[in-house]
Amino acid sequence: MSSLFHITVDGRPVPVEPGQTIGAALHAAGVRSWRTTRFGGRPRGLFCGIGVCFDCLISVNGREPERACLLEAEPGDEVRTA
Amino acid sequence: MMYDLVVVGGGPAGVAGALTAALAGLRVALVDSGVRLGGQYFRHAATPKPAAGLDRFLRQGRALGTRADVLLRHQVWNVSSEPDGSLTVHCLTRSPAALPGDGGSAGSPGSVDSAGAAGAAGAAGAAGAAGAAGAAGAAGVAGSGERAVRVRARRLLIATGAHDRPLPFPGWDLPGVLTAGGAQALLKGGGVVAGGRIVISGTGPFLLPVAAGLAGAGSRVLGVYEANGGLGLARHPLLALGKAGEAAGYAAALARYRVPYRTRQAVVAAHGKHEVEAVTVARLDKDWNVLATRVVECDTVAVGYGFVPQIELGTQLGCRTRPDVDGGPVLDVDEALRTSVPGVWAAGEPAGVGGWRLAELEGRIAGRSIVADARGAVSGEVAPVIGRRRERWRAFGEALQRAYPVKPGWQGWLRADTLVCRCEEVPLARVREAQALGATDARSVKLLARPGMGWCQGRICGYAVSCLTGEPPQPPRRPIAQPVTLGALASLADTDLTGTDLADTSLTDAELAGTDLTGTDDPPAH
Repeated sequence: MSSLFHITVDGRPVPVEPGQTIGAALHAAGVRSWRTTRFGGRPRGLFCGIGVCFDCLISVNGREPERACLLEAEPGDEVRTA
Repeated sequence: MMYDLVVVGGGPAGVAGALTAALAGLRVALVDSGVRLGGQYFRHAATPKPAAGLDRFLRQGRALGTRADVLLRHQVWNVSSEPDGSLTVHCLTRSPAALPGDGGSAGSPGSVDSAGAAGAAGAAGAAGAAGAAGAAGAAGVAGSGERAVRVRARRLLIATGAHDRPLPFPGWDLPGVLTAGGAQALLKGGGVVAGGRIVISGTGPFLLPVAAGLAGAGSRVLGVYEANGGLGLARHPLLALGKAGEAAGYAAALARYRVPYRTRQAVVAAHGKHEVEAVTVARLDKDWNVLATRVVECDTVAVGYGFVPQIELGTQLGCRTRPDVDGGPVLDVDEALRTSVPGVWAAGEPAGVGGWRLAELEGRIAGRSIVADARGAVSGEVAPVIGRRRERWRAFGEALQRAYPVKPGWQGWLRADTLVCRCEEVPLARVREAQALGATDARSVKLLARPGMGWCQGRICGYAVSCLTGEPPQPPRRPIAQPVTLGALASLADTDLTGTDLADTSLTDAELAGTDLTGTDDPPAH
């Protein structure tokens, strides 16, 4: 049921519990920022945690950026931080 | 096919409303952006730990899954009214198919969202379109993996809940600063503690369960800083409101984990290079002006200053709003939870902030009113006992809002370079500059300085910008409630629901005969 799987973050394996979002998995692994802002280059990660603020945008498997807090992680997902 | 009811929002209000209507025989679809039902309060992990309230909700969710189409991972970006009086809910999803087994909440046999052959049951055949079950038009958007899905219904229940209301302060955009709801969501949904050494700040009773939850899960909670109140937990308003058990439970939890609870104090700045490393905690006067400060080292901050109900689907349709007790706009509903627009109901926080019990009760009241409407009856009748119960919970919610107002002194916490708008990176200085140029209201400030023009559409900074311009928060103007790609919009033109069977929309006699909407006040599926 709850066997861990892995995703890769910039090539590094990160463990995930089934049902966790990308954002939760990153946060649990101590990765708390994964993009920078357009103007000030400020680091951004989770803030609202429920899909409202869009701070946590992240690209998974080369797709357009999505909200990490809403996106359920799937085995083998490849995540790139900016 | 057209649904009798579409519910937007899968929390306690939405599920109660949808289930009440479905049990009465109505054809119901429920749409939610989450991966599981629950909303914020009943957010849970894929394999939830047993808990009385949650177990009951999950039973309701399972009952709903067998009687209605539950569309999870669907984000609603617009609701429009059609010339024939029906409503179209426009959604986006990356979900390839309804996934069964998500806490028993999704995957009913006739689910709208199963990926199927293009053109199934009425959706005109755009390449790659999925339109199974004939209930929704769906179109694949090349490249993005995102599909536009439309759900048509005679009636709409807006049960979209609320999000945290943050206030800006220096350093609030450092990683490691989260909303209180965000920290709670990490814990409830993913079993992840937001940090090892955490500080909680803001105002309102919601800070207590967040602190208790995090402490219980192994975080070291260095303090709960409540900006209001000078009385401490022993005189907490929960006690005066007949919630002694709940308040005592939190007090006991905080005592057990030795979590200090300090009133008239708040985090007024966060410090750190790449992440938060420390905060400035201030002692405040009654208007939240800073009296004295000290630095507390920590790795995480959770902040929340009340809630913002999500009402933009209602304002898209022209529903009348009213100011809630705290001045924030909510949808104006009557005793049967009808908005000012025929065919549109609202329940839970969008009708006034009051917590999950009120939300669930309102969902049931709305559900009954919707059933009466579907049967052609006058839908305004609410059993007095239920109406009185709702009034009690409303009074409770309003008393809490009055006990935990946002006081203007927070504006003095900001520096010229403090970001007010995180998305567009607009510092306070640019807001002041716009005001100096003659922008006297929040909208003019937005047009000149861009706060609220970014991804979040002003959901995060809107309240603060209103306060800074001295204007009460205005109802949202968001014709598009979620970012939607041009490709998704273009695909809609190819999926007109020309085959929609408009004739097949009313309850049959057989269906009516099989319904049982008793007058009892038992919770649905209890």
